[in-house]
Amino acid sequence: MDIVIVGILLGGAYALMAMGLQLQYGVAKIMNLANGEMLVAGSFAAFWFFTSAQVSPLLAILVVAPMAFIFNWLVYKIFMRYLVKKARSEGQLEVNSILSTFGQSFILVGLMLALFGGEYFSYSYLEKPYTLFGQPYELNRVVAFLFAIFFCCVLYFWLNRTRLGLTLRAVSVNPEASGLVGIDVPNISALAFGLGGAVTAVGGSLLSMFLTFDASVGVIFTMKALVIVIMGGVRDIRGTILVAFILGLTETAVASLIDPGLTLAAAYLLFILILLFRPEGIFGKRST
Amino acid sequence: MSNSVALSFQNVTKNFGGLTAVDKVNFDIRDNEVFGLIGPNGSGKTTVLDLVSGLLRLSSGKIISYDKKISGKTSAQIARRGVSRTFQLVRMLPTLNVKENIASGGVFGFRRYRRKELDRKVNYMMSQVGLTGKGMLPITMLTYIDQKRVELARALMSDPKIILLDEWLAGLNPTEMKIGINLISGIRYEGRTVVVVEHHMEAIRSLCDRCIVMNSGQTIAEGKPNEVLNDERVISAYLGVGNA
Amino acid sequence: MKHRENYSLNIKRRELYGLIASIFAFGLAATLPIFNTGYVLSLGVTIVMYTVLSTSWALFSGPTHYISLATAAFFGIGMYIVGGGLEIYSFPILIAIAGCVGAILAALIGLATLRLSGVYFVIFTLGLSELIRQLVTWAQTTMGTSSGLYVLIDVTESQIYWELLTIAAFVFLIGWCINRSKIGFALKIIGNDEKVARHVGINTAAVKIVLFMISGSIASITGAILAPRWTYIEPTIAFSPMLSFLVVIMALIGGAHRLWGPILGVIPFALCWDFITAKFPNQTALMLGLAFLLIVYAIPHGFAGLGEKYWGKFKHWRDFRV
Repeated sequence: MDIVIVGILLGGAYALMAMGLQLQYGVAKIMNLANGEMLVAGSFAAFWFFTSAQVSPLLAILVVAPMAFIFNWLVYKIFMRYLVKKARSEGQLEVNSILSTFGQSFILVGLMLALFGGEYFSYSYLEKPYTLFGQPYELNRVVAFLFAIFFCCVLYFWLNRTRLGLTLRAVSVNPEASGLVGIDVPNISALAFGLGGAVTAVGGSLLSMFLTFDASVGVIFTMKALVIVIMGGVRDIRGTILVAFILGLTETAVASLIDPGLTLAAAYLLFILILLFRPEGIFGKRST
Repeated sequence: MSNSVALSFQNVTKNFGGLTAVDKVNFDIRDNEVFGLIGPNGSGKTTVLDLVSGLLRLSSGKIISYDKKISGKTSAQIARRGVSRTFQLVRMLPTLNVKENIASGGVFGFRRYRRKELDRKVNYMMSQVGLTGKGMLPITMLTYIDQKRVELARALMSDPKIILLDEWLAGLNPTEMKIGINLISGIRYEGRTVVVVEHHMEAIRSLCDRCIVMNSGQTIAEGKPNEVLNDERVISAYLGVGNA
Repeated sequence: MKHRENYSLNIKRRELYGLIASIFAFGLAATLPIFNTGYVLSLGVTIVMYTVLSTSWALFSGPTHYISLATAAFFGIGMYIVGGGLEIYSFPILIAIAGCVGAILAALIGLATLRLSGVYFVIFTLGLSELIRQLVTWAQTTMGTSSGLYVLIDVTESQIYWELLTIAAFVFLIGWCINRSKIGFALKIIGNDEKVARHVGINTAAVKIVLFMISGSIASITGAILAPRWTYIEPTIAFSPMLSFLVVIMALIGGAHRLWGPILGVIPFALCWDFITAKFPNQTALMLGLAFLLIVYAIPHGFAGLGEKYWGKFKHWRDFRV
C-alpha cells in the first residue's frame, strides 16, 4: 500500500515531464533529448527562488513556466526550424535533431555546472507528515502530485476542448495536411515546442520539492520521459499518463523491495518488453 | 506458354485504421500476360501492388504466386522469389551513379550476378532501356524519364518472373510515352508477367491483355481492356455516379 | 567526376596507393614507444583507442545512420571480462571471449531495436550502458564485498599501444573489405533508401545486425585490451557514458561516410579533449555540446566531407583554368 501511494505520487510529476516531451515530439516532431536538462533547469530555478528569496516553489512556477516557454520557443526558432527546413527526409531530420538536442543538453549541463557547481542540491519545503489512508507521507510529495495532476488536466482539456488545442492535434496527426487547410505549421510547432519545454520545467520545479538533484542528472530524466512517451504510444496523452504512473509504481516497488540503485534498470526492463511485444506503445495504433 | 497463375488474389483485404483500402479482392493474373490495374485515385491500386511486394501486410486473405503463398513474407523474400517493382514516385539511390543504381537490382534478388557478369548485365540493361553512355553520371543529373528508365532497369536486373509497374508511364510526354509503351511490351516477350497500374487509357488499350478496374477498394470489372473500358460501371466510377 | 566502384571490380591504382600509405602510417605509428614512454605514449594510447572505437562505430553508423550510444556498454563488458576472468583464463583467451560476448550482445540489441525507427535505437543504446552499469554495481555490492575489480597483470603501456595498433589495422582491413564486398554494397543501398534495399532483395535487418555485431565486438575487444591500464576497474570507469558520446562526436566530426574519416576527427578532438579536461575540467560538457552543434550546423559531413568539397573545387580549378 505504501509502495502504491508513493509510486502514484511520483507518477504525477513523471506524467507532467513526459507530456512536455510528448508535445515536442508529437507536434513539433523533434525528439528533444535536452528535455531532462530543461527539467533540471526548472528544479534549479525553484531551488534558487526558495533559497535566495524564500519564494515557494509553487509560486516560482509562475516565473519558471513563461521563462521556459520563451527559451524553448527561441531554441525551436533558431536551431530546430533550420533543421526542419534543411532536412530532405524524415530520417535525416531525426538524426540531426538527435545530435542537435544532444548538443543543447550538454551545453545546458555545462552552464548549470558553471552557475551552481557539481554538488547535489535539495531544499526542505513543506517537509511535514501528511496522513493518507492511515499512513504518514511527506506533504511536499502530496502537494506536488496534486499540482502535477492539475496541470495535466488543464493541458488535456486545453488540447481537447479549445480551438488552438485542436490545431495542435491536427499538426501532430498530419503536418502537411494541416498546412493545406491554413494552419501555420512552423509557428504551431514552435508553440508546441515552447509549451512542451514549459511543462517539463514545471515538472522539474515540482520534482525538486522532494527529490535531490544535480546539474548532470538530466539525462536520467530524459531517458525516463522517452521511455514513458514511447511506451504510451507517441500520440496518445492518456497512454502517457497511465505509463507515467506504471513507471512511478515500478520504480518505487523496485527501489523499496530490491535495491534503490536499480530504478533505471527497472524502467529499461519495461521498455525492452514493450519494444519486443508492442513497439507501437500500449495505446498506439499498430502502424503499417 | 503455360497456363499457370502468376498471381492469385484470394479475399485480399487491407485496412488502414477504419479505412478499408482493399476490400475482399479476388482475381488471378496469368503467367506471361500484361495485366492492367486501373481505377480512380484512391481506389486501392497502389495498395494492391504494395501488398504483393510485401511493403504492406495483408489484413486478411492471401496472395499466391506460382502455387506458393507470398503474403506474409518480407519484401526481400518476395523479391528473391522473382517479383520486382518500380515505385509511383521514383526512388533513386542519390549517392550512387547510374550504373550502381541499376546494378543494385541484380546482386541480391531472384537472379544474382557477380563481377564481370554483373557488369555485362548492367550494360545490357542500359542499352535495353536507352541509357547507353550515361552509366558514370551521378543519378541526380538525370532527367525524369531517364530516372524512370533507371528504375525499370533496376527492377529488370534480377530477371524477375513478375514485374509490377506503378504508374511508370505517368508524367511522360507523348513521345516518351510511345517509347515507354514499347519498352514495357518488350518485357513481356522476355517471358515475364507484367502488372501495370496506369491512368493513361491509350496505354492500357495498347499494352494490356486483360485488366481489372478498382473502385473504393473493390474490383468492379474484369476483362479485355476494350470491353472493360466501355462498361457502364467503370464509366460511372471514373466520372462520378451522378454523371453516368 | 566523383565515382565509386561497384563491389565487384578489381583493385584500382588509387586504392593501392592508399594501401601503401596506410601501411607506412601504421609502421610509423608503431615506432612511437621507442621515442617516448611517458605522456606522449599515453596520449598515443588514447588516440589509437578512439581511432579503433570511432572507426568501428562508423562502419555501422556511417552507412545506416543509426546513432549507437552503446560503445560504453561493449567497452565496459570487455573490461569486466578481463577483470573477472584473469584468475581462470589467460589474457589472449579473455580478449577472444570479450569479442564473442560483444558480438552476441550486439546481436540481441539489434534484434530488439533495429527493425524499429532510429529514435528507439538511440534511446535504447543510450540507456543500455547505464542499465548494465547499475546491474553490475548491484551485483558487485550484493554478492561481493568491493565495488570494483583488480586487474593484476603485467602489461606495459607500450604493449597496450601495440595491441591497439594491431586492432586498428585490423579494423581498417575489415572496413576496406566490407567496402568492396557485397555486404558493403548492400549497406550503401540501405543508407540511400531502405525501402529500395528491401525490394531488391536485401535482408536489411540481417545486414544491419551483422555490421552492428562487428562494431560491438571490436569495442569489447578494445575494452578488454585496455583493462590492464587501470589496475582497479569500477563500473563508473568501465561504463562511462561519456565514452559513447566522445566516440560519436569524433567519428562524425571526422566524417563517418569514409573509412578514413573518423581518424581525422579523433586526432584533433582527442588533443583538444586532453587539454580541456586538464585545464578546465568543469567545462567538458560545454565543449561536448558545442562539438555536437558544430557537427549539425557547420560541418555535416565532417572534416572528410569538407576536404572532399575543397579538393573537388581545387581539381575543377586545376583542370579548367585557361
